[in-house]
Amino acid sequence: MQFKADMHIHSVLSPCGDIEMSPSAIVETAKARGMDIIGITDHNSTLNADVTRRLGEKVGLHVLMGAEVTTKEEVHCLAFMPTTEKLAEFQAFLDSRVIYFQNDVDRFGYQLVVDEEENILDQVQHLLINALDLPMLELQQEVYRLGGIFIPAHIDRPTFSLSSQLGFVPSGLKFHAMELSYYCKRDGYRFLEDHPWFSDLNFIQSSDAHFVPDIAKIHSVLEMPFFSFDNFKDALRQGEPVIL
Amino acid sequence: MTVKDLIEKLDLKCLNPVNLDAEVTSAYACDLLSDVMGNARSGQVWITMQTHKNVTAIASLKDMPAVIIVRDGVPDDDMLQHAKDEDICLLVSKDTTFEVCGKLYELIK
Repeated sequence: MQFKADMHIHSVLSPCGDIEMSPSAIVETAKARGMDIIGITDHNSTLNADVTRRLGEKVGLHVLMGAEVTTKEEVHCLAFMPTTEKLAEFQAFLDSRVIYFQNDVDRFGYQLVVDEEENILDQVQHLLINALDLPMLELQQEVYRLGGIFIPAHIDRPTFSLSSQLGFVPSGLKFHAMELSYYCKRDGYRFLEDHPWFSDLNFIQSSDAHFVPDIAKIHSVLEMPFFSFDNFKDALRQGEPVIL
Repeated sequence: MTVKDLIEKLDLKCLNPVNLDAEVTSAYACDLLSDVMGNARSGQVWITMQTHKNVTAIASLKDMPAVIIVRDGVPDDDMLQHAKDEDICLLVSKDTTFEVCGKLYELIK
């Protein structure tokens, strides 16, 4: 069976996420645009992930709970957890590595934790887009220890990416796939042609949506017998999961 | 100006004493490794706060004799090992990038 997946979406928890990006709006829009699976990936926090999963469950949309983590090297990496218990453990791990800097709402935007009805439950005080005191390799190892999925984000981008910050894939780093941005393969953007040492990897491609209109503007197609976290993980590693 | 002179004049801590007689005529200060790959030149000393082992790999690739880690940064274990494997002199300064660059510029301008 083929599944359409947009694995990189920000909610109102990310300061740069639009105020319209409530979990309910994300689920409704992704479903309406034909997605079978989405990833909820706020910067350095998972606190809107479970509510999004519960909303998705009601309409038959699979939601992978995760975050887009900014490592010490300022590389953005997607991480997804298999269960709410592991998610809580992962959240505590992220919190333990925060370099505290107070969010300035006027400059950076709101960081809202919300419920299914869009009621505000909390505002995260520290700025979530800052780097954590956490090397990328250690993040990867912790994600694997928790049984999660690890995907360096938008590796073709000139900022906050594995390619921009580290130049090439470090030896010893494990990953389930690499993510390409919406821009890759568009408008003469020749990242893979110009960086052949990145070309022989497993890829997904995602929207990195911060605004409702961008949800599912691009997606990946994954082949698996039925949806489960482990099947999804295997599908990332096997075959050619990407439609570019 | 040699790497050894640099260590003395900038009061650097040396974690891997190799290339001490290498001549230093210029430096490149950057934390984006992709940019260093593209633009640094052979023989330059690299000033950075990144402590990832890809730094030493790129220093080796670009034939740079030494890397100065600023603000008392602590190299990751595999970075230090890699510096030893690749014969890159690994130096640490207590100063910021700005201060290291300013002092170094005065010395070799």
